[in-house]
Amino acid sequence: MKLAMIFRTALVALLLALVIKPIWFTWAFAPLAPEKGPIIYERASLLSLSLSHLGLVSLASVAATLVAVTLAILVTRPAGAAFLPLSRTITNMGQTFPPVAVLALAVPALGFGTGPTLVALFLYGLLPIFENAITGFSTLPPATMEAARGLGLSRWQRLIRVEIPLALPVILTGIRLSVVIALGTATIGSTVAARTLGEVIIAGLLTHNTAYVLQGGLIVGLFAVLIYDALVQLEAMLVNKYSA
Amino acid sequence: MKSVRAAELRLSLPGLLLAALGFLALLAPFMTLAANRIVAGEGLTAWHLAGPDVTLPGLIAIVSGLILGLFAAWPKARLIGATLGLAGIVWLLSQSASPLLEGAGEYARVSPGLGFWCLLAVLMLVMADAITSLSPGPRTRIALLASMLGLLAIVLGTGLLSDLSIMQEYASRKDAFHAAALRHLTLAFGSLASATAIGIPLGILCYHGPRLRKIALPVLSFLQTIPSLAMFGIMIPLLGWVANSYPAAKAMGIAGVGFAPAFLALLLYSLLPVVANMVAGLQSTPEKARDAARGMGMTTWQLLMRVELPLGLPVILAGLRIALVQNIGLAVIAGLIGGGGFGTFVFQGLNQTATDLILLGALPTVALALTAAILMDVLVELTNPTPRKAS
Repeated sequence: MKLAMIFRTALVALLLALVIKPIWFTWAFAPLAPEKGPIIYERASLLSLSLSHLGLVSLASVAATLVAVTLAILVTRPAGAAFLPLSRTITNMGQTFPPVAVLALAVPALGFGTGPTLVALFLYGLLPIFENAITGFSTLPPATMEAARGLGLSRWQRLIRVEIPLALPVILTGIRLSVVIALGTATIGSTVAARTLGEVIIAGLLTHNTAYVLQGGLIVGLFAVLIYDALVQLEAMLVNKYSA
Repeated sequence: MKSVRAAELRLSLPGLLLAALGFLALLAPFMTLAANRIVAGEGLTAWHLAGPDVTLPGLIAIVSGLILGLFAAWPKARLIGATLGLAGIVWLLSQSASPLLEGAGEYARVSPGLGFWCLLAVLMLVMADAITSLSPGPRTRIALLASMLGLLAIVLGTGLLSDLSIMQEYASRKDAFHAAALRHLTLAFGSLASATAIGIPLGILCYHGPRLRKIALPVLSFLQTIPSLAMFGIMIPLLGWVANSYPAAKAMGIAGVGFAPAFLALLLYSLLPVVANMVAGLQSTPEKARDAARGMGMTTWQLLMRVELPLGLPVILAGLRIALVQNIGLAVIAGLIGGGGFGTFVFQGLNQTATDLILLGALPTVALALTAAILMDVLVELTNPTPRKAS
């Protein structure tokens, strides 16, 4: 485990250096750049692109989490049960829609820019969270629920103190899936003029500058891997906390 | 006591919601008429499309379809309603396109508008919901899928919709479209086949070796995490280097851009679902079945081939389903690195801001992904030794 910690710290340091001081890596990317061509992407600072990328993803993910969990709570109550089969159908069908297609279809409806990317990220991000939250709320241990009722907790108290904490690890898994997909889709978002790190990769592809492609790819890849890892750790911590 | 009649007439809440959404969608512009393929068009509501001889039958079909979708107790009526509604929107689309184009200028284009797409989504949901509550067997589902695809082929094949902008985009690049379709399928299925060829032995090794499993599965999960554009991009210098260092590889057509990096990226993405479900499938064998097999004197190999693999087949196939649907979607990115496929049209369309070109790439991808998902689901169910109804 110690080894993993050292590795993790090294990757974080590498990522921060790549984003804040890309000049340090000129020697590494130079062989990939076209002759006499630019080596480090300078049309926008990598830091501001990273912040914009992460901002877009967090905004979409937070909104998706709030809406998806609320909807999942509603359809798992007796009053909303009639909507459960339809919700399952929508999540099943929706998730076969490729994220890229959702992004591409958002453009005719909403135009270019950050807006349609945000909407596409939000809509697609709902599905995994909603699906996992439904699973979480409908597979609670019956004995625990019975005990909570026996203690005289009201519906609201049961939801806040028992159901949400118990379902939290499963919901978090959904959030993790959703965030990973959002990070990837946001990267493609630069093809519809959203300001994200994908811009660096696209610029490299258009000018045949492999140095750009690799820079962008490396930074996005490291962000994704580290964020995924952080969320896995968080889930493990929560599971330990509640099962202890 | 509720009477039988009252129960039969009970309205389904989701049906009510969908019907309300459907009626709202009818108020939105059903089609748009634009001066050319780039500019935004003027929206026309369904009853302003053409004379009553065209709009009336279409509207009646849509409205009665939405009303039939209301009855909770009659999923068959809901299914018929959805079909009727779909027929109605296709009728409106096909019958009003050419009158709208008349006298509208040489470069004028008609396209389905927001109202059409919303009604399509609502009616498809009514249909899916009805089918879910009918819970048909695998054969019926295949028949339903085949008849839907057949009807779609008839509508497209007879040129009913050929006046629409998207079909004009298709007509002007028929050959490119067919090449892209072939390339898209080759990328999606080819990389899945390679991933299966690698993933099945790897999954068996992981199943038997917990140490390998502890390394292989996290590594594959991290690969899956890397954003697709980054993954496709990173393959370019990697394969470019391979092609430059090994002339034999170059002769095989491996190059930094184009098909090879796209294929390899998709292969890497499909490894996780294939290997993880392979391991899970083999692990799902009940301990009793394993004991019985060992008691009969089966070797490890026989146990694998005769017991563990057949019993784990539904889970293993579910892994292939995930990988296939994912590949069909991700193959769109190949269009950005010169790898071909439907993505070519999507990104060309985005560059030219030509909406219908985007749709020409995106709609077949969505249809392909949905079809693949339904077919694989049926396959998973067919291989399931314990039928759903028994559980």
